[in-house]
Amino acid sequence: MMGLLLLLLGYFLGIAFFDSGIIGVILAIIVWIIMNLIAYFQGDSILLGMAKARKISKEDYPRLYNIVEEMKIASGLEYMPDVYIIDDPAPNAFATGRDPKQTSVAVTSGLLQMLNRDELQGVVGHELSHIKNRDVLLMTMCSILLGTIVIIAWYASRFLIFGGASSRRNSSSGGGSAQIIILIIGLVFMILAPIAAQFIYFAVSRKREYLADASSALYTRYPEGLASALEKIASSTNQLRSVNNATAPMYIINPFRKQGLAANDLTSTHPPISERVRILRSMAGGASFKDYNAVYQQIHRGNNIIPSSALGLTEPVTQRSAQQGAAQTGVADELDINRTA
Amino acid sequence: MIDTVIIVIVIALVLILVFAFVGIYNGLVKLRNQVKNAWAQIDVQLKRRFDLIPNLVETVKGYMKHERDTLEAVTKARTSVQTATNASVGERSKAEGVLGMALGRLFAVAEQYPDLKANQNFLALQEELTSTENKISFARQYYNDSVLGYNNKTQMFPSNIIAMMTGFKAGEFFEVTVPAEKEAPKVSFS
Repeated sequence: MMGLLLLLLGYFLGIAFFDSGIIGVILAIIVWIIMNLIAYFQGDSILLGMAKARKISKEDYPRLYNIVEEMKIASGLEYMPDVYIIDDPAPNAFATGRDPKQTSVAVTSGLLQMLNRDELQGVVGHELSHIKNRDVLLMTMCSILLGTIVIIAWYASRFLIFGGASSRRNSSSGGGSAQIIILIIGLVFMILAPIAAQFIYFAVSRKREYLADASSALYTRYPEGLASALEKIASSTNQLRSVNNATAPMYIINPFRKQGLAANDLTSTHPPISERVRILRSMAGGASFKDYNAVYQQIHRGNNIIPSSALGLTEPVTQRSAQQGAAQTGVADELDINRTA
Repeated sequence: MIDTVIIVIVIALVLILVFAFVGIYNGLVKLRNQVKNAWAQIDVQLKRRFDLIPNLVETVKGYMKHERDTLEAVTKARTSVQTATNASVGERSKAEGVLGMALGRLFAVAEQYPDLKANQNFLALQEELTSTENKISFARQYYNDSVLGYNNKTQMFPSNIIAMMTGFKAGEFFEVTVPAEKEAPKVSFS
């Protein structure tokens, strides 16, 4: 969908500027390929660098590292992701990685302090399912497409405003109304393409968030852990410091939520937290994709949220009970925090 | 003319069958490897728990002089796990279940010893063993899911025909056979 949008944008701008749609398309594709290459080979280090994350080993944070390892086993990932800490009191977490061999999961120090073992497990399960479902790659591709469309549209608009178009109009000796119509179509596309791309991007992102929540419930067999983690994170008033538009959809909850505008349904990378919590809490003792999907269907009048291929497992999956004593953020946390002090 | 058409159709059918066979066969191999790999994961974690126990017993011994029975139960269970290493899946999961329970009791008793709970070494070991316990159950969960997927493939039409022809046998689930183990061991960390 978005690729088509990019091609159309390139085509019409190409006609408007170079008298040839093909050149426009080729240029658009070239920009897109270059950005993809950068993202593929540098993306995760750029992302982790921007978030000011530092890599940790098992000795630094034994509990966090163990939980990541537990979820790695539960999800059946082949390779252990690198674990990163972001020194920030705002609770949040994200995952990244271009292929299954080289992946990373990062959590903030605020998250570590706030959550107990079960809750942290839920959050890490959510992040690892982004890795397992290849969401990172998908979302990176999507955001690069979006970025390319935005960049091309932006430069084209500069060009159009500052003389590019006017000089062209003189040279084409009375090109007639067809010329103007094409120019107008190009203009409309220039304005609409980035907006449309953004909407598609948001829709894809929200869908993957639901899937990650469902997967986390399946891995941990304990949806309540993620539900209460989401609540705790949502109630925190801290705003994440080093974050920007590009990195936003990677986090477990939208890091921008506190900046004015109430997160509208269509313009958010994440579904509303209250709804995510409600679904997780309504799974009625089950922990399978089917249970999650059933609750989602109740809320959204029959739409599936989980791809039907994943609904195949017919075996009922039951939840487990809370870990004994895990209900408090006690000694085990100190273990992690002492090591850093 | 009609002859060539028939020949072409027959060849096409054979080709389709061959491709289907290869596809299903490879799918079965993949699932079987997944089951094997999942089993290896459980193995790794059971081994890890096994290795951690002497350290734990050593650390706890000094503090828990009056709890000889509890400690002995752990040591004994550990030994029986060792002897069950080469036994069947059922035998083995039973022995591991007993060990898990004994460990659970040990940690429950440890609650009554504030000195012990202040010991950094003990805390680190406790975290390690809790996590190992979790990893065992997650590995078991993943193993059983894999076995389910694999068994479905070996029993459902049409892949069951190929499974039968090429000797794929159904996998065995890793059940928790000790009834008390079904509840999470009473490990309390405060």
